[in-house]
Amino acid sequence: MSKRGIVLYLHAHQPYRVRKYSVFDTAEKHDYFDEAGYDHESERNNEKVFKKVADKSYRPMNALLEKLLNEHSDFKVSLSITGVFIEQAEKWAPDIIDTFKRIVDTGRVEIVAETYYHSLAFFYSMVEFEHQVAAHRQKIKELFGVDTKVFRNTELSYNDSMAKWADEYGFKGILAEGWDPILEWRSPNYVYKPAGTDNIKLLLKNYRLSDDVAFRFGDRNWQQWPLDADKYNEWVNVALGDQNIVNLFMDYETFGEHQWEDTGIFNFYKAFIDKWLANPANTCYTVSEAVDAFEPAGEISMPHTVTWADTERDLTAWLGNTMQQEALRYVYSLEDDIMRTNDLELISDWRKLQISDHVYYMCTKWFNDGDVHAYFSPYESPYDAFLSYINVIRDLRWRLYCHHHTGGLNG
Amino acid sequence: MLGWELPPHHTGGLGVACYNIAKELALEGSQIDFVVPYTAAHPGSEFMTVHCATDLLPDDRFGLGVYDNPVFFSNPLLRANDNDLCDIRSVRERYCKYVEKLVSHSKPDIIHAHDWLTMDAGVRAKELTSAPLVVHVHATQFDQAGGKSGNPLIHEIEYNALMMADRIVAVSNVTKNVIVEKYNIPADKIEVIHNSIDIASFSDSHKYDTRTYKYLESLKEEGYTVVLYLGRLTIQKGLSHFIRAVARASEKYDKIVLLLAGEGDQRNDLIKLASELGVSDKIFFTDCFVHGKQVRDAYMGSDIFVMSSVSEPFGLTALEAAHYGNALIISKQSGVGEVLDSVLRYDFWDIDLLANQLIGIATSDALKKSLQQDVQREYNRISWHDVAISCLRMYKLLDKAAVV
Repeated sequence: MSKRGIVLYLHAHQPYRVRKYSVFDTAEKHDYFDEAGYDHESERNNEKVFKKVADKSYRPMNALLEKLLNEHSDFKVSLSITGVFIEQAEKWAPDIIDTFKRIVDTGRVEIVAETYYHSLAFFYSMVEFEHQVAAHRQKIKELFGVDTKVFRNTELSYNDSMAKWADEYGFKGILAEGWDPILEWRSPNYVYKPAGTDNIKLLLKNYRLSDDVAFRFGDRNWQQWPLDADKYNEWVNVALGDQNIVNLFMDYETFGEHQWEDTGIFNFYKAFIDKWLANPANTCYTVSEAVDAFEPAGEISMPHTVTWADTERDLTAWLGNTMQQEALRYVYSLEDDIMRTNDLELISDWRKLQISDHVYYMCTKWFNDGDVHAYFSPYESPYDAFLSYINVIRDLRWRLYCHHHTGGLNG
Repeated sequence: MLGWELPPHHTGGLGVACYNIAKELALEGSQIDFVVPYTAAHPGSEFMTVHCATDLLPDDRFGLGVYDNPVFFSNPLLRANDNDLCDIRSVRERYCKYVEKLVSHSKPDIIHAHDWLTMDAGVRAKELTSAPLVVHVHATQFDQAGGKSGNPLIHEIEYNALMMADRIVAVSNVTKNVIVEKYNIPADKIEVIHNSIDIASFSDSHKYDTRTYKYLESLKEEGYTVVLYLGRLTIQKGLSHFIRAVARASEKYDKIVLLLAGEGDQRNDLIKLASELGVSDKIFFTDCFVHGKQVRDAYMGSDIFVMSSVSEPFGLTALEAAHYGNALIISKQSGVGEVLDSVLRYDFWDIDLLANQLIGIATSDALKKSLQQDVQREYNRISWHDVAISCLRMYKLLDKAAVV
């Protein structure tokens, strides 16, 4: 019989933020992602942000993961690393790629599949979506020499048709949020079978225990603050009971960036793993191992898209207002014209504009909640984010029109 | 409470602000004596006692030629003659005397003085009664002067009262910063209480009359975007930068027109500037102060409202424009921007950025509608009641301090 386990999964991503790009830049400059040359101190300066987060999070966390791998033969973890993260790391912090390679080489760190561009392409263009999944698989194979077997989509977005697609594509597992209104009386601590699929299995995030670390750990107003390894270990044990697995899914940047080092997050994580593995009845699973180790406890259907974001667990932070809908409509409507050009630079720019963060920065729903600070954006307002983005779209149209004589300028 | 005007005899935002603050304070149980410098009936102000300090008509309260009366400036140190009410200085003297008499009969718990015209009366009342003095700054002389130095005598009055005040209310951080930087008043003496808007006071029964700005309507039918400025045409308002931005925008997108509703001493310069930039046909001057229906039609007929001020303590018109469905672009030097999130901001001198924002809104329905709708939700959250509550909280602290 398989041991009771925790499934640790971390998601690493950095977007290419669009610089403050004016209508007077359109048809003149195509350096959309290069704020460094204009407003160096800005949070839109991708190099600056990447280097900062590398110091605060990627380097110390990779070091910690390596240490845990050395100390515990049972320690295992799964990572998803977006293609645009890898590109930026190769340019600005190649040592991080080296440490990722080292830990993957232990055979106890699994890389999870996703879209190369951290995009919402699944909801707009299946052709583009499949291209991006394939591009990511290829990049991972080149860099780490491994094949991805389990899929997650951007922002852990998931629905039945996505599970069906992943099943047919050949993935053996897929990740999603373990959201109460869907699960009802069921527990996220089992493996499930997605409705309408044949072979694939579903792993559901235990959002309470995950978010205790990812969101609440350093919050001094939280009743449970400060959270130590003993307390958390007990929570995990109680939650698991005689069930199979606890899926602890969170952003990689939780460690050191969302929760700063001085909150004690690194020491906490190390102490918790030590404690968990000190009990010989416990273990860690990678996502593939968890899928292999357990039979589905039942079938789960999510006809509507569920994500790991906000209290609504939906896509409203990306698609909730008309600016976001327009932006995505514009960018995806260029697909055929762009692809026909075979202009690699143009295609790459267009794909970078699909990074979901662009529309996230246009989200206005927090104005209603009065919760402005719950969202981080490098722009002065969602409207400014939209303005820069739309001017870039105009420039893409201009490039199509002038260099390839396709498409129209459309204003 | 010491003020210079109350509706219906107001010429600007000051009277409206005083009225609403007093009304909400009265609803919270305060008893208010409100002193104005003229004699008139004030229907709608029955919740307080309105005192008329002089027998002047409301229109005469600024004396001859308002407070830049040439007589006043040529002989500023002349002892004003109480009996000659023809200049602003003597109106203020009479106002002050009236207040002295009033407080000798009944000592107030708090003296609340609005803007420089009533400040010396406030200081005098404090000297006589030792009641705490609140000086409420809606605009300083530095704002009025649009970055120039302004009238030194008014500076002195403002400085003196700001020093003597037990507590200062500024209507925005923009104003607070002016008080700190220009008058060297310690920041912790100043409380920012943002102005608000009384939506109920707008007659929502008003139906947009397309005839008022008929030509603009036909332009709109052709796909033009109408950008509105409403207010005085003075240097404080940053209009030359604004016009340059419209010209800059026209280089990229020419279906933008600007309606300048108002009059002022910069009018001729602006007309000249527009012709130099070759955009005279894009800029419409109403050439008069617009009133009532014309104001509402201007708001309702436009798509974007720009507050372009070089220094604007608050800027109530932006909230009114939002109420009538405009997208807002607000200079970072305007206080009203501090209470709104769903707006675009720019530094008043940043012509390229303003041009970029104008084009952005004009060419994207999604952006225009988002700005227009989102800002309406926001101003619904602010109220004069909250302003009064903040004042009361401040009064209580002052009262305690006074007892100690």
